[in-house]
Amino acid sequence: MFEFNYVKAKSLTEAQALIAAHPEAKLLSGGMTLIPTLKQRLAQPSHLVDIGGLPELRGIEVKGTQLVIGAATQHYEVASSPVVKKALPALASLANQIGDPQVRNRGTLGGSVANNDPAADYPAAVLALDATVVTNKREIAAGDFFQGMFATALEDGEIVVRVRFNIPKRAAYEKFPHPASGYAMAGVFVAEGAAGLRVAITGAASGVFRWVDAEQALTKKLSADALEGLPLDETNMNEDIHATREYRANLARVMAKRALKKMLAQK
Amino acid sequence: MTKIELTVNGTKQSREVEDRALLVDVLRDQLQLTGTHIGCDTSQCGCCTVHVNGRAIKSCTMLAVQAGGADIVTIEGLAKGEKLHPVQQAFTDCHALQCGFCTPGMIMAITALLKDNPQPTDEEIYHGLEGNLCRCTGYINIVKAVKRSAELMK
Repeated sequence: MFEFNYVKAKSLTEAQALIAAHPEAKLLSGGMTLIPTLKQRLAQPSHLVDIGGLPELRGIEVKGTQLVIGAATQHYEVASSPVVKKALPALASLANQIGDPQVRNRGTLGGSVANNDPAADYPAAVLALDATVVTNKREIAAGDFFQGMFATALEDGEIVVRVRFNIPKRAAYEKFPHPASGYAMAGVFVAEGAAGLRVAITGAASGVFRWVDAEQALTKKLSADALEGLPLDETNMNEDIHATREYRANLARVMAKRALKKMLAQK
Repeated sequence: MTKIELTVNGTKQSREVEDRALLVDVLRDQLQLTGTHIGCDTSQCGCCTVHVNGRAIKSCTMLAVQAGGADIVTIEGLAKGEKLHPVQQAFTDCHALQCGFCTPGMIMAITALLKDNPQPTDEEIYHGLEGNLCRCTGYINIVKAVKRSAELMK
């Protein structure tokens, strides 16, 4: 690791001031991506501003028709929270499938969303549930937030504070994890909510995306058969030593069917 | 450099550390607690697992400064004098190790797992040990040891 100065922010205001004062600073939450990146010397920040323990970024609560989760909430907290399990069990299940127990004990919702790894799990839920990402400056709709591989609508100095998920009538997440890393080779979040039926796919392409053809087909006929033979563009799929484009597209379709069956089994 | 205070295995410690120092390096090099191993150093293998405020974490992927004020337990903190911790005893009883390199991390992950879930099923054990790799036993005896631990801890 290159040298840096570590500063533990005592408040969101202080974190904002620190990040504004040091243009080469980076925000640190759970550090599950940032620390490995620093260890490989792929980043050289002047300062690390630790926002992991900020009280403004914590908490899980239901507010009206939404489930609101603080950005510094760790995956294990979401996975084990009675509030999440009752209001949005598919999200608790998703959180319990991220990485491994040690990663879930450190990694945070805000970190995962802000990093927007193309194989991260949370972005699929954020997009399928039409969530709102609340930052220290504004509110960003999920559809505008994710902008492709590791890219988001976040500006310099913008800090994710919380995410507001619309509570669906029912939802489910299914993923095929890479056997070594646990990252999704393809992960599909399906949700039936006020905004209709949504299908979001992570892991398969350069970034999370909605499978609009599937949403339309399922709106007409809510059954796994409706996904059979539907077009799913392979050209944007990832191809690497683990899987070809065609394989990933097929995997995404299979995960979508499984997620749908799981969702339809709920009342 | 930053001065940090930690409680490690029940003892208060105060150390000057580099901001970029990893928790595992401070435990091993400054506190001489070499039971915590560095395996892959890329947060895959789990050999460096310790408890921070009661939760299992990989100490190769946490800065020592992030652990300031925390309560840390390492493998050295489990046995009570000559009496092994039930998970350590179960590893002995079930022959759950060959080379032993992954064992400290396995045991720290298992003690944390059993705290959350005292009677895990096979599936829950596999899921709970996803963050730990063993390259010699093939896990069968490790899973047996988890079940034996659960019995010993009843």
